[in-house]
Amino acid sequence: MNGFTGEQLGWTPWLEPLAVDELTDEHREALVDKARAASPYFRLLAHDPHVLHARTVTDNDIFYNADGGLPRAERELAATAASRRNGCVFCASVHARFAAHHSKRPDDVQRLLDEGVGADQDDRWRAIVDASAALTATPGGLTPDHLSALRAAGLDDLAISDVIHAAAFFNWANRLMLSLGEPVKEADR
Amino acid sequence: MTIGTIDVIDRLAGIAPGSPLDLLRRRRPDGREHAQRGFDALFAPETEGEVTLVERDAVAAFVAGVHRDAPAAGFYAGRLAELAPGLLEAVRAEIEAGSASGPYGAYPASVGLAGEDTEGPRYRVRDPEALGVRLTAAFEHAHLLVFRPREASREALDALSRAGWNTPGIVTLSQLVAFLSFQIRVAAGLRLLGAAA
Repeated sequence: MNGFTGEQLGWTPWLEPLAVDELTDEHREALVDKARAASPYFRLLAHDPHVLHARTVTDNDIFYNADGGLPRAERELAATAASRRNGCVFCASVHARFAAHHSKRPDDVQRLLDEGVGADQDDRWRAIVDASAALTATPGGLTPDHLSALRAAGLDDLAISDVIHAAAFFNWANRLMLSLGEPVKEADR
Repeated sequence: MTIGTIDVIDRLAGIAPGSPLDLLRRRRPDGREHAQRGFDALFAPETEGEVTLVERDAVAAFVAGVHRDAPAAGFYAGRLAELAPGLLEAVRAEIEAGSASGPYGAYPASVGLAGEDTEGPRYRVRDPEALGVRLTAAFEHAHLLVFRPREASREALDALSRAGWNTPGIVTLSQLVAFLSFQIRVAAGLRLLGAAA
């Protein structure tokens, strides 16, 4: 692998996932989307089904709830920025593709992958990337100036809340993907 | 402390019923409800499973403490003080020892990002006898996940395994640290948004 990429990657676990034929109804309910039984990542998380279920429904509402707020493309941008800052190559690849697809701005997304969260962006993306990266710092680095920049870029409170949730959620997701396995080139799977 | 009657993010962010932030959160009702269910599943599980309640609250107090977010640190220290007051002093000492600013760390050679490696402290538990073998390994792993997640490795999981953590236990521990990284950030972000309104 050669750094961050928007190409499709695989992911291989370092611990043994549940086998497909070990999945009970409770496990399958925890997967939410039945097709996820094919994924070793979700079958590994199924060792603790209640937390997996909560994780997945939270994820879906933060990214897919279309009742106002931030457009999907920019929720994915926040996810990509958090993943880029934390160093999750796999998460960044998935959400960079979503961000590029929904925004139709693949070059801007590629620049975020190539150069990092400091890469040039227009004012609105600058504000979203900066807020996401600041929130990703430990201790947290989000300041009133970040919120002012988001407001100046046209985001209302619900949209700002969506930036916060999308970036915060990837601080959850990144730590699972990074610590329980590793990315692999699709061809190596 | 009564689980299930308070929404922890509301409490940490200081969100009152009917306030503008409360109404905002209710625009994402599934996310609001299931963030709380995640907390309940981790801290009031139907069965302890492979991670004891004391271990859960001790790791949470440590993780919240090193985030240096006062409401979250106070909330999780308060839980530990109720469940295992004898551990409180040891955990406080570890929070102090684990103080750092992240994310930092070295990328695995396989991802080809050596040019972006950044240095930072590699925390080791100050008083392993006070914590015991399992919690010592859990605190060191939690610190790795909080501050240098890019350095997570198969070897880090082996260290947990040698300390008695099995696969379901490691999954729950990882979820606990990762979930808190989310919860603390949402609460901090909303608190700031409320203050700026």
